[in-house]
Amino acid sequence: MKPDCGGNGSALRLEGLAKSFYGHLGIGRTVAVEKLDLDVAPGQIFGLLGPNGAGKTTTLKMILGLIRPDRGTVRLFGRPPSDPAARARVGFLPENPYFYDYLTAEEFLDFYARLHGIPRAARRARVADLLARVGLLGRERTPLRKFSKGMTQRLGLAQAILHEPDLLILDEPMSGLDPVGRREVRDLVLAQRAAGKTVFFSSHILQDAEMICDRVAILVKGRVRFEGAMGDLVSRKVLWYEVAVTGGPPGGLPGEMLSSAGAEALFRVGDVEALAGLLTSVQAAGGQVTSVWPRRETLEDLFMREIASGPAREEGR
Amino acid sequence: MSASEAPRGRPRPGALDAVFAIAVNTFREGIRDRILYLLLAFALLLIGASRFLSLLTVGDESKIIKDLGLSAISVFGLLTAVFVGVSLVFKEIERRTVYTLLATPVSRWQFVAGKYAGLLAMLATNVVLMSSVLAAILLFRGESPLPLVTAEFLILVELALVTAFAILFSSFTNPILSAVGTAAVYVAGHLSWSFDLLKKRLPPGAGRTLCDVLHAVLPNLDRLDLKTAAVHSLPLPPGEPLWGALYGVAYTVAVLLLSAWLFSRRDFP
Repeated sequence: MKPDCGGNGSALRLEGLAKSFYGHLGIGRTVAVEKLDLDVAPGQIFGLLGPNGAGKTTTLKMILGLIRPDRGTVRLFGRPPSDPAARARVGFLPENPYFYDYLTAEEFLDFYARLHGIPRAARRARVADLLARVGLLGRERTPLRKFSKGMTQRLGLAQAILHEPDLLILDEPMSGLDPVGRREVRDLVLAQRAAGKTVFFSSHILQDAEMICDRVAILVKGRVRFEGAMGDLVSRKVLWYEVAVTGGPPGGLPGEMLSSAGAEALFRVGDVEALAGLLTSVQAAGGQVTSVWPRRETLEDLFMREIASGPAREEGR
Repeated sequence: MSASEAPRGRPRPGALDAVFAIAVNTFREGIRDRILYLLLAFALLLIGASRFLSLLTVGDESKIIKDLGLSAISVFGLLTAVFVGVSLVFKEIERRTVYTLLATPVSRWQFVAGKYAGLLAMLATNVVLMSSVLAAILLFRGESPLPLVTAEFLILVELALVTAFAILFSSFTNPILSAVGTAAVYVAGHLSWSFDLLKKRLPPGAGRTLCDVLHAVLPNLDRLDLKTAAVHSLPLPPGEPLWGALYGVAYTVAVLLLSAWLFSRRDFP
């Protein structure tokens, strides 16, 4: 008998997951995912980050049972994705979703509510509540062919949380959205966590991930390059300060001048003492400081470093 | 409570609830498809015009109307089964709507069964509509449409079988090959007697075995074709329509089981 790979307490557990694709007639092998191990605890927001073609979507599809892995196991709350009872606890939003254009928003959500076995009496109220929640009130009877990309994405999110899943899986949920739409997705993801749910999403938009993730994994060429808690991954230490100055003569001020245009200049200083020195000098020269920006390491810095570095996996704890 | 325990009171659809929901959705898509209306309009036009076409030909006017009417139901039903049947399954895959659908607690077999049931409901509506127009024309002429009902029912059984092949091909290949394959099964199914004939002219060996295999594997659609008998009021062996229908249903179920098995092994990259 095979050992239980569920890992008691894991919302999602991947062990040794691998998948390759073959070209026509089996010629030309492309490795999409290689030896992927991940463990997502309940109640976390987990970001699977990586450049395009890193294997993020393939991983999500293996998690949902849309693709069978060549090797390895997937466990959703201890059950394989082929088990409908496991998928009943999961909500999924694919990348750039497309839904039946001949249905209206209301008909579409009602259809999915039926697939999830939500009783007739509860369906109507649930659908109306969801449409309000994702900002599609007044669009109930609009055919989906008339929906914009942003509206389709909102409807996709409504579909994903329709049955109040314990695990929400989102493939590039922010991609193609305007800043308002991205903010709404972030709020929705945070609301899921506040309700005790788990969210697992893929993204290449790092700022969004940085704002909401508890934990991230960086996937490059099908391998996890880095995995750890967000707070451990990105140092909160200030690396340097960038100071914008106006009015004074930029020459002769301490610090490295990064750029200047007319009476405005941007300086970089390494620490608090140097910053104090620069501020004093600006004041003495009759200029004004318009902004001081402490520059910390961002997820993007880490991301770029990991992509550029070798294949070894680090574990941030 | 541990997270790996069974879902807590989460509503689960019954096995047939999901099939029914998918069937209703497929039916809804079918009846909102313009191709269907185009085909239906042509068929109804032809059935309606049979009264006038019969005036242009020599022969029994009533028989020509019945013959044209039944042929129109059969041919336009076939075109619907091939084009709408193939495109409805393929569209789910090509437009990736199948991703979110199969991520729900719906099993692959339920998807295949639901798609098929929806298509069948659409075809049945079509056949009933076309038969009603034909019946109205016959009643207008003072003739009973009842002798045609058995033939019309067997046309529906034949379409059910052809649609199962449309689903089978769609579960593993592209729509063009699926449409060609389904049409080929229809044609070969009506020529299955020729394999027996060919076998008698071949020397013993591989050729004969191939004829036997094809004769056994391909559906014998002539068993479901009672058009000529109905038009000319020919006697049928007792129970033949019933056995023909059972044969068609059994064959359909077998093809659907194979489709569900193929679909359950499929990846959606």
